[in-house]
Amino acid sequence: MAHSTPTVARLDHVVKRYGRLTALDGADLVVRRGELLALLGPNGAGKTTAIGLLLGLIRADAGKVELFGQDPQQIDARRRIGVMLQDAELPPTLRVGELLRLTASYYPTPRALAETAELAGIGDLLKRSYAKLSGGQQRRVQFALALCGRPELLFLDEPTVGMDIEARGKLWAAIRQLLAEGCSVLLTTHYLEEAEALADRVCVMAHGRMIHEGTVEALRARVALKRIRCLSALTVDTIRSWPEVSDVWQDGERLHITTADAEIVVRRLLDADTQLCELEVQRAGLAEAFTEVTRDADEASNIDQREAA
Amino acid sequence: METTMSFTELASTSGMSPRRVLGVYLEEARSECLRYMRAPGFMLPIMLFPAMFYLLFGVLMAKSEGADAARYLLASYGVFGVMSPGLFGFGVSLALERDGGLLTFKRALPMPPGAYLLGKMLMAMAAATVVILLLLALALLLGHVTLTPMQVGALLLTGALGVLPFCALGMFVGTLIKGQGAPGMLQLIYLPMSFMSGLWFPLPMLPKFLQQIAPVWPSYHLDQLALAAVGMRQGALLPHVLVLFGFAAVFLLLATRRLRRHG
Repeated sequence: MAHSTPTVARLDHVVKRYGRLTALDGADLVVRRGELLALLGPNGAGKTTAIGLLLGLIRADAGKVELFGQDPQQIDARRRIGVMLQDAELPPTLRVGELLRLTASYYPTPRALAETAELAGIGDLLKRSYAKLSGGQQRRVQFALALCGRPELLFLDEPTVGMDIEARGKLWAAIRQLLAEGCSVLLTTHYLEEAEALADRVCVMAHGRMIHEGTVEALRARVALKRIRCLSALTVDTIRSWPEVSDVWQDGERLHITTADAEIVVRRLLDADTQLCELEVQRAGLAEAFTEVTRDADEASNIDQREAA
Repeated sequence: METTMSFTELASTSGMSPRRVLGVYLEEARSECLRYMRAPGFMLPIMLFPAMFYLLFGVLMAKSEGADAARYLLASYGVFGVMSPGLFGFGVSLALERDGGLLTFKRALPMPPGAYLLGKMLMAMAAATVVILLLLALALLLGHVTLTPMQVGALLLTGALGVLPFCALGMFVGTLIKGQGAPGMLQLIYLPMSFMSGLWFPLPMLPKFLQQIAPVWPSYHLDQLALAAVGMRQGALLPHVLVLFGFAAVFLLLATRRLRRHG
């Protein structure tokens, strides 16, 4: 099904250098219509450069960059996107309603002001000066500016930084609503639970390349380890002596076991302690998977450098 | 593979009617005016500084020299005053907005780049007009200068359009230097250039060498036009207009090139 869905944005073997630094080293990326793709990676991995290319802010040294099949520097292509950047100081003396009106004027068929305000949850802020808003309120206004043009593709760069839990929940709900309307989203975030909650697919970058692309499930499956938790009379030392167990520790009453062979370990646990209770088995989370995937890439890159030297 | 076909299907409703495009230009100009009118701390010194200069040196200190001195200095200080909204109003705000990420955001949005520049340009033209009006008020009320309505109109026009080459220069400097460094750099251009074009002291009072290189500076040519506007100079105006036009075009071109490449 995924393969018949049209592509809205694409990087194809893109190289971008800044002097001697190679920010992107043959990067490939595809955003399909109606999906939320989370772009993850440690700082310096090339996420900002990838976004900058897709927004037409910078030009690639090699490879192809497409937004709706056009060069992103074409204004027609950008009339179909909405943008929320990490740090843009908007004119402080303008009121929220004026900022929305100005930004909406850039688009062919923008949303009505009230609809935008409702979606972004800023109906009560329209008459306020931008400078007088709190950091979280400013983020919500920036989100409203991103969606006011009825975009087909939304770029959200760390959208929930500085938001409290309630505001973040509302923003997630608004993003889900936009996705339901058929809008695509390219999200960069440092909060893995945000990617886990929203993303159809994740793309992990390291050293200017995509090192993993697939569903959240597929990324988690890259990590074979599972976590077992239970309440048991067995001691940590006993369990540690089992060959399948890679790690075990105790937190109050509760035992935490990490293993690649969960089935075998669970069977042994149940055989050894008939009183055992509150048994949980879980695949490692996105956070562990992410750490492992990027660590592998770091090691590979170090080997490359050693071989080159 | 799957992409080529889908693009034709996707390329649908992205066109903008000419009316909506015009709307962008109006909205951008409106926002630009609103934001600076609400924060007078930025534009007010730019507009008051030349008026204060003229009051001190053109009206009070030139009293003994008579109305002709006040009339001559009205033109020179007018040019001095018009340069400031161009260089600072345009250049500094551009440098600050590049630094603060606003320009990056606007470049990512489907904003026609011309709308952004035109908004700033209109702002500078309005400020330049205010500067000339202030100087005219001082000259007519305190300096005992008499001008025909034609001369008043000509000087206002010279000011409102004469700001444009300095907008282009300010814009170029704004693309070279980010943020807080720009005002200092612009002062280094503004003050020496004004002096060497004979805006503070008439050119014949300056060293011979400076008199010879004066035509290099755009402010010299604008001064010639302003002097003609107040009836202090005869002779062809077209060469000066052309020089100013060329100057504006070159710096506008250099600046837009830098903006497109580096943002």
